[in-house]
Amino acid sequence: MAATAATHVPLTLTVNGRDHRLMIEPRRTLLDALRHDLDLTGTKKVCDMGDCGACTVMVDGRAMYACLLLAVDCDGRDVRTIEGLAQGDALDPVQEAFVEHDAFQCGYCTPGQIMSLRALLDADPEPTDAEIMRAVTGNICRCGAYRNIAQAGRRAVEIQRARGEGAAS
Amino acid sequence: MTTLKITKGEEKGKLQLEEQEPEMAAWGTDAALAVVGQRHPRLEAIEKVTGRAQYSSDVRLPRQLYATVLRSPHPHATVAAIDIAAAEVLPGVHAVICAENTEPIPWYHGSFVFDRTVRLIGDEVAAVAAESEEIAADALRLIEVTYEPLTHVVSMDAAQAPGAPKVRDEGNVAGEPKVYSRGDPDEGLRQAEVMIDRTYTTQSALHNSLEPHGCTAAWDGQTLTLWDSTQSIFTVREQVAQALGLPEHRVRVIKQHMGGGFGAKQISWKQDVIAALLAQRSGRPVQLMLDREAENLVVGNRPVSRQRVRLGATRDGTLTAIDADITQGIGAYMTGGEASNVSGMYQTLYRCDNVRTVQTPLYTNLNPGVAFRAPGHVEAAWALEQAMDELARELGIDPIELRLRNYSETEQLEEKPYTLPEGLRLSYERVREAFGWDTRERPAGEGRVRRGVGFAAHDWVGGSGSPPGYAWIELNADGTADVVTGTQDIGTGTRTGLAQVAAEELGLPLEDVSLHLGDTSTGPYSPVSSGSATQATLGPAIRAAAIEVRSQLLQIASTAMEIPVPRLSVRQGKVLVDGDERRSTPVKEIMRQVAPHTLHGQGARGANPTEKVARTFGAQIVELEVDTETGEVTVLRVVTAHDCGRIVNPTMVDSQVIGGITQGIGFALTEERVVDDRLGLVLNANMEEYKVPTIADVPPIEHAAVDVPDPEANPTGAKGIGEPPLVPTAPAIANAVFDAVGIRVLDAPISRHRLLDLLTTQREHAS
Repeated sequence: MAATAATHVPLTLTVNGRDHRLMIEPRRTLLDALRHDLDLTGTKKVCDMGDCGACTVMVDGRAMYACLLLAVDCDGRDVRTIEGLAQGDALDPVQEAFVEHDAFQCGYCTPGQIMSLRALLDADPEPTDAEIMRAVTGNICRCGAYRNIAQAGRRAVEIQRARGEGAAS
Repeated sequence: MTTLKITKGEEKGKLQLEEQEPEMAAWGTDAALAVVGQRHPRLEAIEKVTGRAQYSSDVRLPRQLYATVLRSPHPHATVAAIDIAAAEVLPGVHAVICAENTEPIPWYHGSFVFDRTVRLIGDEVAAVAAESEEIAADALRLIEVTYEPLTHVVSMDAAQAPGAPKVRDEGNVAGEPKVYSRGDPDEGLRQAEVMIDRTYTTQSALHNSLEPHGCTAAWDGQTLTLWDSTQSIFTVREQVAQALGLPEHRVRVIKQHMGGGFGAKQISWKQDVIAALLAQRSGRPVQLMLDREAENLVVGNRPVSRQRVRLGATRDGTLTAIDADITQGIGAYMTGGEASNVSGMYQTLYRCDNVRTVQTPLYTNLNPGVAFRAPGHVEAAWALEQAMDELARELGIDPIELRLRNYSETEQLEEKPYTLPEGLRLSYERVREAFGWDTRERPAGEGRVRRGVGFAAHDWVGGSGSPPGYAWIELNADGTADVVTGTQDIGTGTRTGLAQVAAEELGLPLEDVSLHLGDTSTGPYSPVSSGSATQATLGPAIRAAAIEVRSQLLQIASTAMEIPVPRLSVRQGKVLVDGDERRSTPVKEIMRQVAPHTLHGQGARGANPTEKVARTFGAQIVELEVDTETGEVTVLRVVTAHDCGRIVNPTMVDSQVIGGITQGIGFALTEERVVDDRLGLVLNANMEEYKVPTIADVPPIEHAAVDVPDPEANPTGAKGIGEPPLVPTAPAIANAVFDAVGIRVLDAPISRHRLLDLLTTQREHAS
């Protein structure tokens, strides 16, 4: 039999624009809810204590560590994950820049890195190099792709700017 | 019929097989290649940036359970009793296993998966599979274990002390010390006009791959499938089959993507067997991923080392003797995946007639050692390359010049020439020029922040690849190709580099080639992805398979086009006719004329040369600043050059270079497993207090590529680059620190507190 349902609470998680009605244990993190209840496994579990940034998602527009948030505290909030960035085959500018600059090797930290930069570019489409670096200082890449991640961050700004100009003209 | 060359190998006394490869002309230095040598994004790039890449941790099967492991809180104890009754009846729990309800399964050397003696904090005592990770964790708390604690040892000194507690029944020396000697080292030291005699130590570094070790296990009748985070699907298959008494063809291991391994995933670990047992007991798929603490406690580390190094030289800088007495603390078990030959670099990097090395591995009640990116060489380079720097200063000879005076064009263990004897010299030249070594500014001033530069060189026993390695290629009816191997891409770009070799030889554009790997049931046997060997092992096998397919294609084209084969060639997806451009025909049009059919080719990795030895080499220069008030080292710039033969994809190689150096900076400055000796407790088994580099710690890194093919090494001329860039980084940093502040840091890492202590001592002596 399953664990006692009495310990579970109802909540609605809004992820990538879709509402999900779930019964979840209050102690379950947003990270586990994404990975286990919604099978959104793009967001990775690495340290599970807010040290590494691999589980970074956007909550109400801000980059947050999903392992440090309880799912029940995200009821009604707007959660965006790596699965929500690309529109069909069209990559987000940050994703495109990561491919272009080989900003990953094993790829396990990549969703978190990309979400940190997406949150930055949403807040400020023209960040300085220092701001780009700061946005991903909390995202550990053990393969050591940092030099390329920094370049990809700068390139993402250019791609996003070019797309904006293209759309405006 | 395939002809096999069968020799009795040294490794485990097994027979070594080499398939006699058809003659294949190597791609020479001036070969005109269209796809090999080009930059290209990783073939799996889109999957990785969209979150679609499925790692072992991401497998989701119907009715899947989640497992977790109860671990010993004692560094050494006897397990007297285990009571799992309360855990078994917790709602949502489907299986609980431990020594009390499973057959003893041998694991490690003389131990068991669930042993009645635990030998380190973290050793496996019981495991639970439940409907969620949370329930599994609850169940662990309900298991009652009665331990009878035993005395333990943590440090190498304690392990060697008279009357020390025994980690293993046979004592604390793991096997026999490895002794090597050539010439007369004692006489060489006597003849020396200058001698360096120093003892260096290196710390235990933790791999901290972001994806922990783990797997998902599912039974289908009598067949077990493991989605495993591993560098060697066939090794896992063999070890798990053996542990469970299964025939190998009933075990399938799959690994498509892996979140880092760096050596620690080159063997099977206990969780593979535990997950399989839990899946069997529960009748449901079971996922068992280690948590971060367990990842840092039980599945490997770079073993600590102490190295007493003596170098003797004449005044002109000629080495008269190299003597290294090496002790390693290898933890509680021999895993079979150590590959940690600290002695090797002393024996081969510099020309010297009188060399002695003694390497003594010691058991301690800690995490067993396992290969970590260039195992042994990283530790040796820390000591040898600092000693060479000291010697250069003692002699007043430029450090690069000193190395050139002791240059070896031969591999001195076998006394055979290297396949590319100028490889190391080219690395010296490239890095010297790219950095501006000869015109560098001398460190100046007595200010608070002081600048220094340091040089270090290295060789690496890997990178050359070897048999076995196999590939199959299917050329499809539409002119696309499937390349099938049984290797794995551990994040290094293997898929891409190997696909480029196939595309080159098939004459197809890269987008028309798919490279398959990572499944024991669909690909031919492939060895572990380690030793920087995969490109050089699999590349030639793929080339051989592609040559076979291309030959068939040209015969068909010859018939279809009524042109003799010698006038035909394939390039960029077209069959070209010599002297008649208009008649060039797309491959897919030729293939369409064939009755429903694919062309099949297969290839094997041929033998390495017998009269020469293929190795990889490199040299690195670091510029940095030391803050004398805080002990903080800031690396400003790294320039590096490596002989990795032909560069198949410069983007992949550059990434390996920056990644290796980034790990080297961590090893040099911040990474250190800290253990409380009294408790046997690792104090920083997490990513907060174990400091791996962040983006803020990494300076500009310039790869001054050598890029000279090594066609005598293998027919692709390419060698490995995965491990080498890390090897010289830490000693280059240490040498630069000396250059900046005149302090020789003998113990790695050069943490702020250690350097601050040394700076304080220096100040006290001066005053």
